Amino acid sequence: MPVITYRDALNQALREEMQRDDRVFLMGEEVAVYQGAYKVSKGLLQEFGEMRVVDTPITELGFAGVGVGAAMVGLRPVIEFMTWNFALLAIDQVVNSAAKMLYMSGGQFNIPMVFRGPNGAALQLAAQHSQAWESWLAHIPGLKVVAPGTPYDAKGLLKSAIRDDNPVVMLEGEMLYNTKGEVPDDEEVLIPIGKAELKREGDHASIITHGKMILVALQAADQLAKQGINVDVVDLRTIRPMDLDAIMSTVRKTNRAVVLEEGWEVCGVGAQVVDYIQRDCFDDLDAPVVRVHQADVPMPYAKNLERAAKPDVAKTIAAVKKVMYIE
Amino acid sequence: MATKVVMEALSPTMEEGRLVKWLKNEGDQVKNGETLAEVETDKAIMELVARADGVLRKRLLPENEAAPVGQLIAVIASPDENIDALVSGAGAAPSSGGAAPPPAEVVAKGNETAGASSVPRTAAQAQGEASTPPQEKVTSAPPAAPGPRAPAPAQPASGNGGRTRSSPLARRMASDSGLDLQAVQGSGPGGRIIKRDVEAAVAAGPAARPAAQAAPAFQAAGPDSRDVPLTQIRKTIARRLSESIGPIPTFYLTAEFDMERVAEMRTAMAAIGDEYKVSFNDIVLKAVATALAQHPEVNAHWLGDKIRYFSRVHLGMAVAIEDGLITPVVFDADRKRMSEISREAKELAKRARERKLKPEEYTGSTFSVSNLGMFGIDQFTAIINPPEVGILAIGALEEKPIVVDGQVTTRKRMRVTMSCDHRVVDGALGARFLQTLRRLIENPLMLVY
Repeated sequence: MPVITYRDALNQALREEMQRDDRVFLMGEEVAVYQGAYKVSKGLLQEFGEMRVVDTPITELGFAGVGVGAAMVGLRPVIEFMTWNFALLAIDQVVNSAAKMLYMSGGQFNIPMVFRGPNGAALQLAAQHSQAWESWLAHIPGLKVVAPGTPYDAKGLLKSAIRDDNPVVMLEGEMLYNTKGEVPDDEEVLIPIGKAELKREGDHASIITHGKMILVALQAADQLAKQGINVDVVDLRTIRPMDLDAIMSTVRKTNRAVVLEEGWEVCGVGAQVVDYIQRDCFDDLDAPVVRVHQADVPMPYAKNLERAAKPDVAKTIAAVKKVMYIE
Repeated sequence: MATKVVMEALSPTMEEGRLVKWLKNEGDQVKNGETLAEVETDKAIMELVARADGVLRKRLLPENEAAPVGQLIAVIASPDENIDALVSGAGAAPSSGGAAPPPAEVVAKGNETAGASSVPRTAAQAQGEASTPPQEKVTSAPPAAPGPRAPAPAQPASGNGGRTRSSPLARRMASDSGLDLQAVQGSGPGGRIIKRDVEAAVAAGPAARPAAQAAPAFQAAGPDSRDVPLTQIRKTIARRLSESIGPIPTFYLTAEFDMERVAEMRTAMAAIGDEYKVSFNDIVLKAVATALAQHPEVNAHWLGDKIRYFSRVHLGMAVAIEDGLITPVVFDADRKRMSEISREAKELAKRARERKLKPEEYTGSTFSVSNLGMFGIDQFTAIINPPEVGILAIGALEEKPIVVDGQVTTRKRMRVTMSCDHRVVDGALGARFLQTLRRLIENPLMLVY
């Protein structure tokens, strides 16, 4: 099976869906001539032309709104934000137009569009450009939110997002674009939205996470295994709607859960996961659920402080040991 | 002379008590035996009573706060006595001076008190013996120079108002395997009982479970009894009625039985020969035992957090002795023939009066009978012998004019009054028991059926 980068997996997904359906088009800053800030749209302008691969001015609110309008009249836009940090400028179109149009038009206008771009911190991009927005977006009824952590999941989820008749937010990662993974080329990769995946199996505890943090979780699991501790690593993949069955079955098996996310603690995605656990798995818990997340500060620019603020392998291992009452 | 009021072990397994409510204010005059406060133990809310007369000078434990057994929580002294030295030592760990005796002692005392029968006593007395640390008598002289102190006792596992901490999973597992979590040692933070503790306790098997040791007051439920945890309604009934009427909310049911047939039977048996003579009391004992076998709901013990129902009937019979009374036990009375009961009752009464009963002969009863008929008492109410939940008071047998089939005639009649612990026995339940008893006594041939 070919091993490709996350960036190429996204590129394949876009190309395949644009070939499959000529209503699909890509719009955003630098997506066409420059081939994408992160080269996700490489070669697409050449293949599909400037009607379907559209460079925009630096006007997030404007092109997000154009996307919503295009979706209302039957096109299937993919709106690329150079990062989700910039998408704050477009949040009104995402939250107030895209997410609510079907509801407020009494079902007349569904919005089959995708908002996508890198989310969370990279390296030393400082406080304004290092933020994980999933809890903001997943908060909104009317949006679906996916956060793939591997090339395979990125391809499968982007294709499903493009085919979905409702607005889907896709959270990628600058640090993920270069990561590699197996993606088959002899079959269509489609991953249902709302379906988590058990990325690794163990009996002692569960790490429940999503997006970029799946890499942290798997590394932590490797190190824990050397100490004889085997953990389930559940990759939510979709944050909204969340795969409750996957959460319940892992917690019922291990009785101990660590919820790992890239963003801040307060009202984070992890808080929601913990709530689902306490609602449905109260009698299965042998320890309070422990969360791992970014420190509750604006992301520091200084390298050492940034490292200290981010959730990482060591913090995850410590959390697993805590729920197992070790040390 | 000032008296320390310490947190007493109000249940045999109590390590810590939460002060629910002070019933006396600072400055109130208190008498020995008077209730000072309500304390929540690991099992129930109990009364903490004064151990001396005097003025409640200082309350050292706020309401809703918990203190380990043995900790000073108040001081009783005369109005003008200087208690500064005592008060300043408050909150310290119990000294080795006997304030907090080792658990073994608690166990021993618990057994003695709780063994059930012996002499019915007042609740206050019973509590006094069950509670561990006697309030230490101290003079108001300044304390001696600080000497070496015993190491402070380890923090009890239950850090939270006497509550045992456990994970939800551990609770579910314990419930599934019928394990008493109170008896499991927690290894988690703050003594939290977690999965591995329950697994270890289950693996250790029933014999190794500390449950038997941790519940010393009464024998653990065995094949002859079954424990039923209190339902919410039972808890509420218990709490509400106790508020209304003392520690044992008692109510009384009186019935008058026709004794003609019993008298005929007794006469007929005596006519056969002296060896077939039985007393009225023997017949009543046999009838009560038989009725109890049919109503195990009243053949029970109140254990604070549960009710223990017995499948065997051990009948206590109150016997007056020179300086009080004692309740020897006819064991398995329901399975004994009348002649056996008669012989045994006579023998027990005789040895009771000679004060030759062994402890095992006056403990372990599941229900009691008290008969003052021979003193000509028409009817009376007997005091329940805790932890039993009922006692039957037998009045005198006498001829009375009554109406039978529209005709006034004379019949031998006898009044019985059952005292019922309402926490366990409701009115209708007691009444059904008396109904059965009436059937047996008015048709004594059923006793040989």
